[in-house]
Amino acid sequence: MAKTLFEKIWEQHIIKTIDGGPSVLYIDTHFIHEVTSPQAFNGLNKRGIKVFRPQQTVATADHNVPTLNQHLPIKEELSRKQVEALIKNCAEHGVELYGLGHPYQGIVHVIGPELGVTQPGMTMVCGDSHTSTHGAFGSIAFGIGTSEVEMVLTTQCLLQSKPKLMRIHVEGVLNKGVVSKDIVLYILSKISASGATGYAVEFAGSAIRNLSMEARMTICNMSIEMGGRCGLIAPDETTFSYIKGRQFAPTGAAWDKKLNYWKTLFTDSDAVFDKEYFFDAADIEPMITYGTNPGMGIGVTATIPTPETINENDKSGLSKSLAYMGLQQGAPIKGQKVDYVFIGSCTNSRIEDLRMVAGFVKGKKKANEVEVWIVPGSKQVEAQAKAEGIDKVFEEAGFILRQPGCSACLGMNEDKIPAGKYCISTSNRNFEGRQGAGARTLLASPLTAAAAAITGVVTDVRELMN
Amino acid sequence: MARKLDIIQSTFVPLNMENVDTDQIIPARFLKATTRDGFGKNLFRDWRYSNDDEAQPKTDFVLNHTQYTGKILVAAKNFGCGSSREHAAWAIADYGFSVVVSSFFADIFKNNALNNGLLPVTVTEAFLQKIFAQTNTETITVNLQQQTITIDATGEQEIFEINGYKKTCLLNGYDDIDYLLSIKEDIVNYENNLV
Repeated sequence: MAKTLFEKIWEQHIIKTIDGGPSVLYIDTHFIHEVTSPQAFNGLNKRGIKVFRPQQTVATADHNVPTLNQHLPIKEELSRKQVEALIKNCAEHGVELYGLGHPYQGIVHVIGPELGVTQPGMTMVCGDSHTSTHGAFGSIAFGIGTSEVEMVLTTQCLLQSKPKLMRIHVEGVLNKGVVSKDIVLYILSKISASGATGYAVEFAGSAIRNLSMEARMTICNMSIEMGGRCGLIAPDETTFSYIKGRQFAPTGAAWDKKLNYWKTLFTDSDAVFDKEYFFDAADIEPMITYGTNPGMGIGVTATIPTPETINENDKSGLSKSLAYMGLQQGAPIKGQKVDYVFIGSCTNSRIEDLRMVAGFVKGKKKANEVEVWIVPGSKQVEAQAKAEGIDKVFEEAGFILRQPGCSACLGMNEDKIPAGKYCISTSNRNFEGRQGAGARTLLASPLTAAAAAITGVVTDVRELMN
Repeated sequence: MARKLDIIQSTFVPLNMENVDTDQIIPARFLKATTRDGFGKNLFRDWRYSNDDEAQPKTDFVLNHTQYTGKILVAAKNFGCGSSREHAAWAIADYGFSVVVSSFFADIFKNNALNNGLLPVTVTEAFLQKIFAQTNTETITVNLQQQTITIDATGEQEIFEINGYKKTCLLNGYDDIDYLLSIKEDIVNYENNLV
């Protein structure tokens, strides 16, 4: 029977199905971090049991760590205690921790792929909704709550119901200045922030196939912003060559065996989806959000919607959103003043993102009144950026290169945007208060964010490109 | 052992907003705890208070309207979207709610709620609007065994869906970990058969 990519992986990982209930899904790899794991470890300790498969568990500290002076003790007491709890829990349960100071430390969804832990055909979970990122390798990867973290720590399994299946095709060639972040913001603007709820989403089509692994990760990362249970892209030569040679990638005969399996991971031509969408890459321009959910995005040359022009899904929230954002319906977004630029997060903090920004800003200076934070996704990204001299480019432009962590994406550490200020951000959520109480977030690609850093206002990056 | 649920009859708190994300339910700065307790006081923190100050309640937010009380929170569609933080479900339960009613829940939130004895009840958009049309003194009855939700004043009723396994768990206070631990042999067999 013809199967989708999702079904091939799903069926291989089902241990049993409860009558009229969910299935027991085996989890190959479990990522944990300091914020959503302590209560789960407490649960294990209360039961007096140890982590079932510590060698399939990878830990890092990312959400709640400072991005300056990481060599010093964490100043904020609660944050420090949370990071210390992770160190203690990992030590007691034999879990490998890439904590602060470790050369592999970084945002969990950046380090998994760059270490070669993330591989096609796997089931992967983490107590973080952006676990969908790893689906870019053709794996089933999704975010879970802390009770589920506890389930995986105790049994390496979860009880899950099979989601519905959606495929989103993007065909054709991208326009100048348009990158993968624009593709996903465009899809979100079309199907809304709840358009994929209840679905596993496979991204397909020539525009997706032509993307690098980093760019594919950006798309799958934001599949949760559509409500998707997970996002997937079938693995191909781009995937295989990205993985080959990485720290935890298979080698020798094991590589050949894995590769043969990975090559079977695609959607059969006559497999059936519950829902399909088709988009044309040529219709996409550099995107930016104006509202308070990631579906509220427009092309950078467009005007902010009015109740008459907005899609049904966001109609009721439009005036509340715009009041929060301090923006006017019907007004152009281009030219809107920006106070902060944040380039980072599990969406766009990989070496390719930093190279893209450096390539654009080289020889340019930031606008005086703008503060620009570049937060690399991992210690390895940071080291690579320095090795390539990208840090110098940023320094000359007046950008601040900080240390790895989730940072201003969620403002859990001290990297917060002040109330009322506008931040153009390469992160994934523009919810009210996401980057700090009262902060106003404009989501965009690294290129569009870099353009705003130079001009101090929302800018059509194409006008500054040669 | 999670808390048990069966029949909940209560007045309700109407939160007539769509796309309520978990960052609103519990802002990230309150996620630094290492226990599950005490999140209720920060539920909807930035919608409840100006300048993060409990002495400055926002008069336009429903949790500050003393006429609305009860164990049932009623919200518009796509409730609980965004971050997977289970702290959102903990905060709602800790505040005193046993049931959240919406026309549409985000997946992860729904699972988190079910894992904490907080019952998510999905109703049709039309039924949701009928609830919002009720006054603050009217009650709603949610019967988990029967899978019904009733507006007591009018007798209007809908049947809601819930996975049979999860229903049994909620009625009896079972949790998934107990079940998964009981099938450990199957799990080890599965691992041993992996090539």
